[in-house]
Amino acid sequence: MDILNFGIKVGIYALMAGTLVLAVGVVTLRNLFHSALCLAATLIGTAALYLVFHAEFLAAVQILLYVGAVVTVIIFAIMLTEHIAERSVAQRNRQSLPALLGILVLIAVTGRILLKTPWAVNPATVGARVTVADLGAALMGTYVFPFELVSVILIAALIGAVIVAKKEKSS
Amino acid sequence: MGPVESLRHFIPELVLLGGAFTAFFLDFLLKNKRLVGYFALLTIVAAACLLKAPPKESLDLFYGFFHLDGFANLFRVLALIAVAATILIAFGFSPLRDRYEGEFYGLFLFMAFALITVAAANNLLMIFLSVEFVSILSYLLAGFLKNDLKAKESAVKYLLFGSVCSAVMLYGMSLLFGAAGSIDLPAIARVVDSPAMKPLGMIGLLCFFVGLGFKISMAPFHMWAPDVYEGAPTPVTAFLTVAPKALGFAVLMRVLASVFGESYRDWRQVLMWLSILTMTLGNLTAISQTNIKRFLAYSSIAQAGYILMGLAVFPSPLGKDGVLIYLFAYLFTNLGAFAVVSSVGDRTGSDEIASYSGLSERAPVSAALMTVFLLSLTGIPPLAGFLAKYYVFAAAVEARFITLVVVAAVNSAVAAYYYFRVIRTMYLVPADQPALPKPPVSAAAVTWLMAAGVLGIGLFPGFFIKLILG
Repeated sequence: MDILNFGIKVGIYALMAGTLVLAVGVVTLRNLFHSALCLAATLIGTAALYLVFHAEFLAAVQILLYVGAVVTVIIFAIMLTEHIAERSVAQRNRQSLPALLGILVLIAVTGRILLKTPWAVNPATVGARVTVADLGAALMGTYVFPFELVSVILIAALIGAVIVAKKEKSS
Repeated sequence: MGPVESLRHFIPELVLLGGAFTAFFLDFLLKNKRLVGYFALLTIVAAACLLKAPPKESLDLFYGFFHLDGFANLFRVLALIAVAATILIAFGFSPLRDRYEGEFYGLFLFMAFALITVAAANNLLMIFLSVEFVSILSYLLAGFLKNDLKAKESAVKYLLFGSVCSAVMLYGMSLLFGAAGSIDLPAIARVVDSPAMKPLGMIGLLCFFVGLGFKISMAPFHMWAPDVYEGAPTPVTAFLTVAPKALGFAVLMRVLASVFGESYRDWRQVLMWLSILTMTLGNLTAISQTNIKRFLAYSSIAQAGYILMGLAVFPSPLGKDGVLIYLFAYLFTNLGAFAVVSSVGDRTGSDEIASYSGLSERAPVSAALMTVFLLSLTGIPPLAGFLAKYYVFAAAVEARFITLVVVAAVNSAVAAYYYFRVIRTMYLVPADQPALPKPPVSAAAVTWLMAAGVLGIGLFPGFFIKLILG
């Protein structure tokens, strides 16, 4: 049983590390198309992490929306735009090194603090299973205001996107 | 309070939302888009009339997701004034003609609603959602003139910078949520108050500074401001320098007051240095500007530094009052200054300070009102800016932040130099261009209204202080 637990733990950490490596790929690869593929893989990795934490619905939505819709649209946009897929662009500039040093210090400090913090574990939530029905009830009950606010935000963003994308009468 | 009972207290917001959707519908039907603008203005006036005096104890509408108290009500008023003034300024802004003008007014009604949700946000989820709502609308409006290269650049810069800052804030929120197991600010306050949780709380607080510091253009997160303020259409710039900034301060005050209490006194030092950095950077860079919008952008960064003075001494009630009064004085002053910039820019076709030469002869009223606004920004009595500066200085002296007071005083002197430079250009440099035509009625009206606000707060401080502080 111990070996099994150990194996599961190793698997989860490997999954996290792999997701992180792919995320680094998104922001360092020189080819836009490769970056987009890395982004898709990162999002799938995140969905797998959701599965590990028993958020099956979230994992499904993540794959459907992000991998299925958002990344597909990004890849379409790259392929439909001329000369953008095969071009390679350096994703770094002269400030990359100082920025990297700063980030490493930040990670070290944050990591130290996170490891020292006594995280409270609520026993009621450890084994809890949240079903889709629970989520729906919460969204339409307690969380109805933020839920409706998100709809308004989406409508406003949609109208804005149409204005940005629409061809303008020449002036 | 459940959603159905809550609606009774939510009528002004419903009017704004319904007005926004109706405005888009009217935009379909009407050929003259200006009418949509009049309708938007009418909606805001209706919403303002329906605002009820704040209840003594706060109301937790929609199960606490819309926290209505005196503080939120104050910022509701501020948001409505800012949006109404912006729409009036936009009436006189000709590049907007035939460029989705109807949608522009509709989006501003959404903006009014978004600002109000920011003011009433009292938990992590609502803070993030509402701040993002305001941000998304701001990106759109900054790039509204999409054939303008500078506007495009400003929108993209704003979007990239804003997304990173929001992401950092969201990370901090996730840590606080993980520690407390709740999104409610009071529940988080109870958890992070313990000594073991303090380092984590500090990270959360710093992440809030990043996300909200971006909104209030606090150094070192101010880099986007000059480019965005210069590139955005002038009415939008006027709005961005005032409303999102004021609401950023509102959220910051709420978070500081309800989550980070006595045991986090160290952040006062951090805020003090950030305040010094912000005002000094803003003022020193403003001196060398030649474009009036960029000039006012740096000046608005410096003003954020002064407002931060009131926040640095925060648990003191005087500091809180100082911030509130400063925000209102700044609202009238900056919107007024930008109303003049917009109407002069529309008539001369240039936003360079050089094109203001001899304005006292070419457009005497505009020049005189601009002088009033610039003097108020400098902090000269008897204008609103003086009262505001007086309050934050008094708060800093009371808290014995002597370094801060000295630096702020030196900064005010530097600021006086560059504000007077513009006044000198308008009055002492001879006019080399013909007189300007009369501004449209809407532009003149909004300029006079803002001037009335500036003079009113300055001349009858007691009345306005009572009105603002209750």
